[in-house]
Amino acid sequence: MTSVLQHPGYDEEKLRRVTEQTPCREAQTGLLLSLMGQPQQYSYPSIFVYGHRASGKSHVMQVLLKELELPHATISCVECVSNALLFEKMLLSLFGCEAASLLPRTPSLSDFVRVYRHQCVDSPATQTRYIVMEKAELLRDADVNLLPALLRLQELVDDNLTVILLSEITWDKFRPNTGCYEPLVLHFPDYSKGDLQQILSRDSHPSYSADFYSSYINILLGVFYSVCRDLRELHHLAALNFSKFCEPLAEGKVKESDTHKLWRNIEPHLKKAMQTVYLREVSSLQWEQMQQMEEKEAGALKGLSAHTHVELPYYSKFLLIAAYLASYNPARTDKRFFLKHHGKIKKTNFLKKNEKTSNHLLGPKPFPLDRLLAVFYSVVDSRVAPSASIFSQISSLVTLQLLTQVSHDDQLDAPKYKCAVSLDFISAISRTVNFDIVKYLYDFL
Amino acid sequence: MSKRKAKYAHLPIGESITQVQSMLRERLCNQRLPDKPEGTEAQHKHLLELLRRTAIHGESNSVLIVGPRGAGKTMLLKCVLRDLLEDKEAQKSLLQVHLNGLLQTDDRIALKEITRQLHLENVVGDKVFGSFAENLAFLLEALKKGDRSSSRPVLFILDEFDLFAHHKNQTLLYNLLDVSQSAQAPIAVVGITCRLDVLELLEKRVKSRFSHRQIHLLSSLTFTQYLQRVQSQLSLPQDFPDVKFAQDWNDSIKTLCEDKSAEEALRRHFNSSKDFRSLHILLMLCLSRVTVAKPVIKPADLLEASRLCFVDAKANMLHGLSILELCLIIAMKHLNDVYEGEPFNLQMVHNEFKKFLQRKSNSMYNFEQPVIMKAFEHLQQLELIRPVDGSAAKTQKEYQLMRLMLDHSQIMEALQKYPLCPTDVKQWAMSAFG
Repeated sequence: MTSVLQHPGYDEEKLRRVTEQTPCREAQTGLLLSLMGQPQQYSYPSIFVYGHRASGKSHVMQVLLKELELPHATISCVECVSNALLFEKMLLSLFGCEAASLLPRTPSLSDFVRVYRHQCVDSPATQTRYIVMEKAELLRDADVNLLPALLRLQELVDDNLTVILLSEITWDKFRPNTGCYEPLVLHFPDYSKGDLQQILSRDSHPSYSADFYSSYINILLGVFYSVCRDLRELHHLAALNFSKFCEPLAEGKVKESDTHKLWRNIEPHLKKAMQTVYLREVSSLQWEQMQQMEEKEAGALKGLSAHTHVELPYYSKFLLIAAYLASYNPARTDKRFFLKHHGKIKKTNFLKKNEKTSNHLLGPKPFPLDRLLAVFYSVVDSRVAPSASIFSQISSLVTLQLLTQVSHDDQLDAPKYKCAVSLDFISAISRTVNFDIVKYLYDFL
Repeated sequence: MSKRKAKYAHLPIGESITQVQSMLRERLCNQRLPDKPEGTEAQHKHLLELLRRTAIHGESNSVLIVGPRGAGKTMLLKCVLRDLLEDKEAQKSLLQVHLNGLLQTDDRIALKEITRQLHLENVVGDKVFGSFAENLAFLLEALKKGDRSSSRPVLFILDEFDLFAHHKNQTLLYNLLDVSQSAQAPIAVVGITCRLDVLELLEKRVKSRFSHRQIHLLSSLTFTQYLQRVQSQLSLPQDFPDVKFAQDWNDSIKTLCEDKSAEEALRRHFNSSKDFRSLHILLMLCLSRVTVAKPVIKPADLLEASRLCFVDAKANMLHGLSILELCLIIAMKHLNDVYEGEPFNLQMVHNEFKKFLQRKSNSMYNFEQPVIMKAFEHLQQLELIRPVDGSAAKTQKEYQLMRLMLDHSQIMEALQKYPLCPTDVKQWAMSAFG
């Protein structure tokens, strides 16, 4: 099914190797190759390639440039945060270290172009030189003149040079306000489900048959495809969970062709992986260790989020509950919940109209310290004196980031806070002190 | 005899194709200069006359070339310079300094560059100057010819002129234009810019020293002229080695321009932009499809290249989203419809999504909150949703307000093309009320 890449000016053997290493990307490789043309011909000064993560952009570029042995410089904009690093890397890859050492200490773009032109005089380009910039969206945050200059670098240095930008973001978000030299924009489409199956099945384990591995990939895709299509993530998940998949086979309980039994074994495991390893709640190492242990011993895998459930002192728990109630109940409803004898509460027309959005959708509202203490005293059952220990507990809640301080640090007499915990968290806490919080929440009336 | 043989030389087809590619690529990618100016004869004449007066008669001048991006300003200047330097006297005495606003971001860097391009580094040596003006005067003094009567004429070309106006105090511009007005030395200052309002950027003292001479390159092409330009850009010149091949090629280009579907595609391009650069991108895409097996440009090539140019990038990105992410986008669209474009947060989107799931019987998409959060963050990384400015630090992630950067029609179009889209998701998207 793979069509053979052909281009005059490039060796057929090399092109065959390129096709082997870039599965499901024949059309894009062909297009890039035809745009690049023969090595001694000019190519368009700047090309912008966009596509989802792990859609093969960097991979195809690297394979093409390495196999066809073209002079190139690959730069990741994440790595080269300053201009000096960027220019040095470019000169190093294209001309060698003597050229890179000619740059002054803090080179400007002018210095870079000057050194480049100087080098060109000594070694003029017999083949097109390529500069590939990965994660190019970070160039927008660099110096304002860097991106427009890179797009017309061929003209500025007067050399057979092409700059290729790879990014996840579309070109419309890159354009500077006074315009620039528009690059040729190419799209790398995402892999289809069949493509993913084909690519992932390539790494089959030698001791099992290829069909067995493809059925495993099929099951994996069935669980994860609707959530994630990133090839790298799927590859990682496939590698992590394969040993668990082969477990019944190794124990001799099932044969290779018993797909249903294998599916029943692995499916709950993959669902669990989605809640833990996929979200990086547990590290891959922890996951592998858990798989080694017996099922009875494994128990509950403690994810990262579980570590936020600290054991709070008694009054702190009530302070937190009071803070939650103060954040999520509108102030006018406090009378209804916390006073013994509240009168009738009339709703005005305005309130009736805007009642649709529950506070739990909008987020916590800030409240002053006085209100917090008022709610706290009505919620806590025993008599509590307003001592410094209560106030210091409020500060420690802020340090634990369970409360956020909204007011400025200068306002000492009337600080304002917001509650930063979720409903599940506060329900768990209120259960430990036998407090029914749902009864006191306005949204659940 | 040998002349006649050379006239009818036939190269093998592969060789011809390579030659065609090399030649046309140099024209389209490397901005090779045309032999005579196309459509800018008047401007060419004006500028040539002006620069000749400086180079030969020693008159100081300043001029701005103004035009939108890709209109051919640099090409015009280079053609004029090429014609100017054909004159022996001009070639002997004229000096050129090329500055670019993108490279010389500072007046200090600009001055170093001027010193370097005039080859006066040794003369300047380690001297320290009090001001920019002194430095420039010294440089121009150093260019005086042996008999101290007059200085050599210098041509200063300032690319991206508007960027020089952003330097501190506009010192470089002020001094250059000052020299051009006073009788110090014959210089010509040629500025190239894409901003029509460039004069508003200049300070009063700089503006008054400028001669207010502007050459505008606002293209007023008609569609027929545009077609002619396409033809001339793709045609091979007379001195192509294989004459017969060149003839066949030029004929095929002519038929291409007369083809109905190709004309329609070109008209679409003409309506969106008339400049050289977008045309070059289109023709480059067509040219890349010429191979030995198919040694002509067919209308299908042009249509395919046109399609590539006009494709909607965001719709392409939507195509690659997972189903969960797509459902979140549809939920956002419904929120936008109901609340008329007010910003939303993750909790609201999740709530909307849960309303959809309640109506369906199976719970295939019943994911936990953290999984939905990860999908939401992925959309944020792709910049399909953006946070509303402010309040980023103090709010929790789930409650941060965002806006959707997609249009209603883009979403619907993407849904049509989405592979294996479940029907209930499609129906949910098309239903009016969440």
